[in-house]
Amino acid sequence: MHQIKIVRNILSGIENLLLHKLRSLLTMLGIVFGVGSVVAMLAVGEGASAHALEQIHKLGSNNIIISSIKSVEEEATATAHSHMSIYGLTYEDYTRVVGSFSTIEQAVSVKLLRKESRLGERAMELRVVGTTPAWFDLVPRDTIAGRVIRAEDIQDEAAVAVLTEFGARKLLATESTIGQYIRIGLDVFQVVGIVKSEGGQAGNIQIPDQEVDVYIPIEVARKYFGDITTRRTAGGREREKVELHQIIVQVQDRNVVESTAKGIEEVIKRFHKKKDYKVSVPLALLRQAEATKRTFNIVLGSIAGISLVVGGIGIMNIMLATVTERTREIGIRRAIGAKRNQIISQFLIETSVLSTIGGLIGIGLGVLIPSLITHFADMPTVITPGSIFLPLFISAGIGIIFGLYPAVRAAKVDPIVALRHE
Amino acid sequence: MHSQSYSNSDADIIRLENAEKIYQMGKQQVRALAGVTISFKRGGFWAIMGPSGSGKSTMMNVLGCLDHLTTGHYILEGQDVSTMDDDSLSELRLRHLGFIFQSFNLISQLTVQRNIELPLYYLGWDARKSAERAQELAHKVGLEGRLDHHPAELSGGQMQRVAIARALANDPQILFADEPTGNLDTATGEQILQVLVELNEQGKTIIMVTHESHVAAHSKHRLHMLDGLIERIDGDN
Repeated sequence: MHQIKIVRNILSGIENLLLHKLRSLLTMLGIVFGVGSVVAMLAVGEGASAHALEQIHKLGSNNIIISSIKSVEEEATATAHSHMSIYGLTYEDYTRVVGSFSTIEQAVSVKLLRKESRLGERAMELRVVGTTPAWFDLVPRDTIAGRVIRAEDIQDEAAVAVLTEFGARKLLATESTIGQYIRIGLDVFQVVGIVKSEGGQAGNIQIPDQEVDVYIPIEVARKYFGDITTRRTAGGREREKVELHQIIVQVQDRNVVESTAKGIEEVIKRFHKKKDYKVSVPLALLRQAEATKRTFNIVLGSIAGISLVVGGIGIMNIMLATVTERTREIGIRRAIGAKRNQIISQFLIETSVLSTIGGLIGIGLGVLIPSLITHFADMPTVITPGSIFLPLFISAGIGIIFGLYPAVRAAKVDPIVALRHE
Repeated sequence: MHSQSYSNSDADIIRLENAEKIYQMGKQQVRALAGVTISFKRGGFWAIMGPSGSGKSTMMNVLGCLDHLTTGHYILEGQDVSTMDDDSLSELRLRHLGFIFQSFNLISQLTVQRNIELPLYYLGWDARKSAERAQELAHKVGLEGRLDHHPAELSGGQMQRVAIARALANDPQILFADEPTGNLDTATGEQILQVLVELNEQGKTIIMVTHESHVAAHSKHRLHMLDGLIERIDGDN
């Protein structure tokens, strides 16, 4: 019974609004654009942060990445002829780091090399990574064909190679290449698999496989190619000795990422005179991204709040005018026996219906705009259920809040005076 | 004095006792009702007459439960309504009273049917029953086929018929008519008065405010007011 009454009241509210189509439309406009812009802005914000988060997740949020870098002092002396730079992480560092922390679940050591490679007639310089099977757990990517490096490969010191998409493209390798042999440097490797690879950058940390063309077992890389690389430069030859270019560590859970990273830094520092390493924590980036998102949401919330309040004031303004204009009608209804509360609810329902419909149209607009932005500006946008329902509830609420004053004014109309009102 | 039993014979539908209504107009007090005591019998047809400022409109508003007395008592159907709050008075109007006004007071945006249904809406009737009732009333006042029209499409007489149908929707005990023919030509006015006379014959108590004696002539009793007091009552009693 009560529900039927509410439905009837809402229907008669809609009926009333339809009697003044243009005015109702204009009244709604503020809410339409308010809600529309909120939904659109939320979608853009969500899109940007989702993009950032995705990049960070590619790094692995439980990972710590320790990289070798040329120290500043080394850079300065490197220009001298026949000088050999020795820097970076060592095999011992790896053993020490892994042995020192019980929080470490998996670790992988990485050697980076550049080698002239050849598949059939095709020859290219490839970026070669010597690593262990753990790499593929820490930097998980889909296998396109074949398999990745296994523990047996390390044990057997098997000359196997796993190409990334980049490497496969460079050598024009396809699935049928699996089982065939490629030449890396002067040595021959059997291709056992091809894996997907990710490009891009997250914050100031490079995605580990961004610059990888081919993976080989690290023991093999060490044995075949050694630790010294020679590069021809304009001024002559540049020689470097780097044992490990990267150590990637995965810890058990997020809570210990930062403390472990600090510990690792301490351990390595003890054995390095120069600052020739860098510890990066993707999780810190994640935190940073989340903080940015929070700030963004606050700013957005304020703008949204202002635009919705402006919309609400617009509604209030017109409803007040409506009340004055409909004074006589109110008087008639009161004389017939409508109670004050019934007049209040009549006007409240009208404003709520207005603002809710305005909110719905606004959501339509707010969904349309981001898809246009994505289409034309190529910016990622994400519409979440929250970014739709929140503005809808707020707009309905605004209808009630800003409709209340005009409704109370309407209810206070004295029927005797109102009936004489022209 | 207040607790005296309002020896209320069933015949009295309305009783005013020392009814006073005082308006504050600036610094001046206006006694629109200056202590009126009177009973109205059930089934009567009263015309309240008097020059402007005599208090007849105030009388009407008080009797119609639209206005409070300053002092005194108003007993409607044996119930003292002078101390009732706004909601209770609204409820009384909704269930027991009907109003007809000089300027019809129809809601212009609503169709004839919706106007007639208005009291039923507040009484909580469902749509089908309300529509049936509206049809029946339209027939009764001679407005068949006009239910979908808007008031602006009707003549004055037709508009007043809609108003009468609306006033009858809740089957009221008392019908108040405030200058019901004031905006109509004589012939149309005559027809409307005829409708009122018929309703009275069917048992409705009617209280009508008018200042025209040929209009008042249709009533059974005429109550002449002057300066907030009843000057005299005439008619067959």
